[in-house]
Amino acid sequence: MLTGFLIILPLIAALLLFFIKGEGAKKVALIFALAECGISLLAYVWYRSNPNMEALSLNCNWVESLGIKFAVGLDGISLLMVLLTTFLVPLIILSSFKTTYDKPNAFYGLILLMQSALVGVFVANDGFLFYVFWELALIPIYFICLLWGGENRARITFKFFVYTLFGSLFMLIGLIFLYNHTGLDTGIKSWAINDLYAAGRSLTEAQQTFVFWTILIAFAIKMPIFPLHTWQPDTYVTAPTPGTMLLAGIMLKMGTFGLIKWLLPMTPLALEKWGGVAMGFAVVGIIYASCIAIVQKDYKRLIAYSSIAHVGLIAAGILSANQQGVQGAVIQMMSHGINVVGLFLIADILMRHTGTRDITKLGGIRSMNGQFGVLFLIIMLGAVALPLTNGFVGEFLLINGVFKFNAWMGAFAALTIILSAVYMLRSYQAIMLGEKKLNEVVFGSLADSDKAVLIIICIAVIAIGVYPKPLNDLAEPAVKALLMNLK
Amino acid sequence: MIKLIGLVPLFPLIGFLINSFFGKKMSKGLSGTIACASVLASFIVSVLIFMEVNASQQKSTVIEIFSWINSDTLKIPFSFLVDPLSCLFLMNITGIGFLIHVYSTSYMKDDEGFSRFFTYLNLFVFFMLLLVLGSNYLIMFVGWEGVGLCSYLLIGFWFKNDAYNRAANKAFIMNRIGDLGFLLGIIMIFINFGSISFGEVFNKASSVPTSTITTIALLLLVGAMGKSAQLPLYTWLPDAMAGPTPVSALIHAATMVTAGIYMIVRSNIFYSISDAASECVAVVGAVTALFAALIGLLQTDIKKILAYSTVSQLGLMFLALGVGAYSSAVFHVTTHAFFKALLFLGAGSVIHAMGGEQDIRKMGGLKKALPITFITMLLGTLAISGVPPFAGFFSKDEILAHTYEHSQLLWVVGSIASLCTAFYMFRLMFLTFWGSFRGTHEQQHHLHESPKAMTIPLIVLAALSVFGGLLGLPEFWGAKNWMSENLDSVIIRKNPTILSHETEWTLMAIAVLVALSTIYFAYQMFIKYKVLPADKVADMKPFQRVIYNKFYVDEIYDAIIRKPLDAVSEVLSKLVDKQMIDAAVNGVGDLTLWKASIFRKLQTGHIGFYIMTMVVGVIAIMFFSLMK
Repeated sequence: MLTGFLIILPLIAALLLFFIKGEGAKKVALIFALAECGISLLAYVWYRSNPNMEALSLNCNWVESLGIKFAVGLDGISLLMVLLTTFLVPLIILSSFKTTYDKPNAFYGLILLMQSALVGVFVANDGFLFYVFWELALIPIYFICLLWGGENRARITFKFFVYTLFGSLFMLIGLIFLYNHTGLDTGIKSWAINDLYAAGRSLTEAQQTFVFWTILIAFAIKMPIFPLHTWQPDTYVTAPTPGTMLLAGIMLKMGTFGLIKWLLPMTPLALEKWGGVAMGFAVVGIIYASCIAIVQKDYKRLIAYSSIAHVGLIAAGILSANQQGVQGAVIQMMSHGINVVGLFLIADILMRHTGTRDITKLGGIRSMNGQFGVLFLIIMLGAVALPLTNGFVGEFLLINGVFKFNAWMGAFAALTIILSAVYMLRSYQAIMLGEKKLNEVVFGSLADSDKAVLIIICIAVIAIGVYPKPLNDLAEPAVKALLMNLK
Repeated sequence: MIKLIGLVPLFPLIGFLINSFFGKKMSKGLSGTIACASVLASFIVSVLIFMEVNASQQKSTVIEIFSWINSDTLKIPFSFLVDPLSCLFLMNITGIGFLIHVYSTSYMKDDEGFSRFFTYLNLFVFFMLLLVLGSNYLIMFVGWEGVGLCSYLLIGFWFKNDAYNRAANKAFIMNRIGDLGFLLGIIMIFINFGSISFGEVFNKASSVPTSTITTIALLLLVGAMGKSAQLPLYTWLPDAMAGPTPVSALIHAATMVTAGIYMIVRSNIFYSISDAASECVAVVGAVTALFAALIGLLQTDIKKILAYSTVSQLGLMFLALGVGAYSSAVFHVTTHAFFKALLFLGAGSVIHAMGGEQDIRKMGGLKKALPITFITMLLGTLAISGVPPFAGFFSKDEILAHTYEHSQLLWVVGSIASLCTAFYMFRLMFLTFWGSFRGTHEQQHHLHESPKAMTIPLIVLAALSVFGGLLGLPEFWGAKNWMSENLDSVIIRKNPTILSHETEWTLMAIAVLVALSTIYFAYQMFIKYKVLPADKVADMKPFQRVIYNKFYVDEIYDAIIRKPLDAVSEVLSKLVDKQMIDAAVNGVGDLTLWKASIFRKLQTGHIGFYIMTMVVGVIAIMFFSLMK
């Protein structure tokens, strides 16, 4: 019940918002987002007391003739993803307080609609429902980018839309293929996740290979993995900042989450045969994107490429299909989501205060605003995975997992710890340190809303880094149970 | 008391937190006092714990603070190991750390970033303590990267200067190259041993194949080379002198840079098992010792000379590790911490008096104006040059004796490095303190001895540099070598000395003779003949020019790593990503549109055209079915 409510609340809020005129929409949206966050915390508490509590799941018929059910529920991984979503959405809304968007009610309504679909993706236990939410999530973000985006938005957004839709169709084919193989003994077709798992495992290697690649393409485009990534930098740069945050902070996790829950357990034979190849693309992408990030001048684009590198490592960890790799991926999905929202906010703040994000034109900001310098530094350290920041826990487990799978892959993937330091430190130096370059700009104190968001993110960076146990306690058993399917 | 080990890193952490949140609102006096007091408190607790460990039979205790990362069989507690080795380092870090904190309260008093400086310094001490206290490799790694962060922050402390910022970035990135090796080493340990806790790993070490051990040992060595500035990863350390001088003394001489030595001593079982890895350590150490000492001969920046000297001395310690003389290495870490911290702080005092000037060509005759600095630095110089009975003499002699046992070639290399050390150190002293003043008139007018907060730490460190040798008197003198006995429980496999007493006496005599004659030579050159280093590179002989330019290593790295990386990145960004991958994607899109535009033309809206195509279609179908 509660899980269903988590989907419906933002939906209701979104509908409600369409009737609210003016800037008040921001605050209403924030209140609903906070309420959603509160409810997800309640779900966390309930889950910790009893993971199998009935109140947490919902299972009712939808299209009976096709075996489609409205089945939602939580396990450790999906709960973490829901918490990430409900934690980030209020921050995203709050971080937009200093910017005025046309038709704020529509803008924030779409954000909440997006949240509803995202939560739906994470909690769906029915293949068809998963697909519906998956596609539903694309619609609000499409309009957010199209209507409030920057330069060239029509062309770029169209490409993004078509590219991801193209991938999703492959996934639909894969899922239908699996669905057709359910209930071969009983004659009852079903979209239930466990039935799909069973159907997948009953397939021959060749069939599994077909399913593996068709579904993988959808996830790989969403994340994105090299070489299917070219929609991403342009889209991230053009989208309005809250849109970029939604894309990078949460929507990208649909792909990695899907990989963990909707692919890994279905096709063990194919994974054994092709996992290494797929991982090769992910690992190449880490180095490829890191190198490109080194020479970017637009800070937002730099973060976009760094995100490709990070997500490449996450995907590699998942494909290693061992406990450390997958668990590390789950933890890193949380950390990356938090950090990347912080970094995009920083890019936005730079733009608002100085009128540019070009790092070659910026400089000396730290001497004008020391507090911003420190907050930026902490978030950056999280992004370069310094121990005792959130980035390290996941990255260590991930490299461990990949290394276990193949030592050379692990060693190559681990180059990220050098390369990320190169592009992060260089850009921090260019933006914050040295002498001031833009003489006319006075970088004053931060707006309260920006400051609040950055401080909350910094606290999360350190808290998760020092004491990741609550996250690991959720992720560890869930991943273990999932990997049992592979044996 | 041992249970309270958590207090040792906790105090500096509290100091860090207070200064980071309230530092700007507090007076400088209060801010500095809090920072100093927190380190002093750690020092007192460390000493008490050390005494308890010393007295007790149980030499090593693990204290778990909380469980940190758990993933199936990988269980990493946040826990501390108290044993003679960690205690020794604790006292070193907090003791010298305290002196340098006190010194800094005066040295930094006019700096606007005063409280920020102490924030970083406290944070550094915290991470350094974690590094030596961790009871498993990952906690060590936490401290390891943490001190790297603080080093980065302190090198770039004056962040308006872009040259300093670049030095800071270089230090961090170069250290990360080492850290990559270290991290992979840790992961390999986990995969092969099923654990990364010291106790479990060391117990299982003999049951793991030697080739695996060698790989692990070499990966750890890469980490150590980064942090302890060994060839080829040393170039960040001389640049790190951009930071305030107390930082150079604390981080880039006495503590952080010795972390690599600590790590290898901690993992001594691996290196005892793998001869190949040991050999690598020895060669890296010997080559670094000589290489850096040669560069040191011609430098003219007082801090750079000391920096190359540090690299060289660290090389000597690696040499000791490589030949299996672990306790000698730790002994030299300790004495080196005393005299090198002293020399850096002394140099700071000189720079302070000279109004920021660091070039020894512009100094001279300072002994009258800076008597305390002069005397203490002279004692430090005697100690580093290996003149008996100062501290460095004993530790260096022990290392060279063990090296001789292992390989006479390495002994020669080590001895030449020591000879160079004595020369460049006395060159520094003679040019700085003797002769006539070569600076500006204004500087001469301002020359003054530093205040008490700076001279007292100098005096304490000078005393330690004089008497530090007592920690490890040679056994062949019939004395007790306290250092090696103390570390007995930590060194798992020992190699006893096989040299005869006569040989040891001879080696010692040679070392002393070489040191004294080098000093005499330097005296002749710089006092009697008043030779001054050339002002212009053009005046130098070719080989001098090569050494003066540090063998062009920075330029070589630039040409083979940094520039190619940037160039490749540009190509990937502009060509591969845009012109190839993205163009291919757009190509597919355009192709679809193009095809669509062709097929769209079929929708002409003329009924006649539709009927005609229908008829053609029907005929075609009939034709094909008849063909079958």
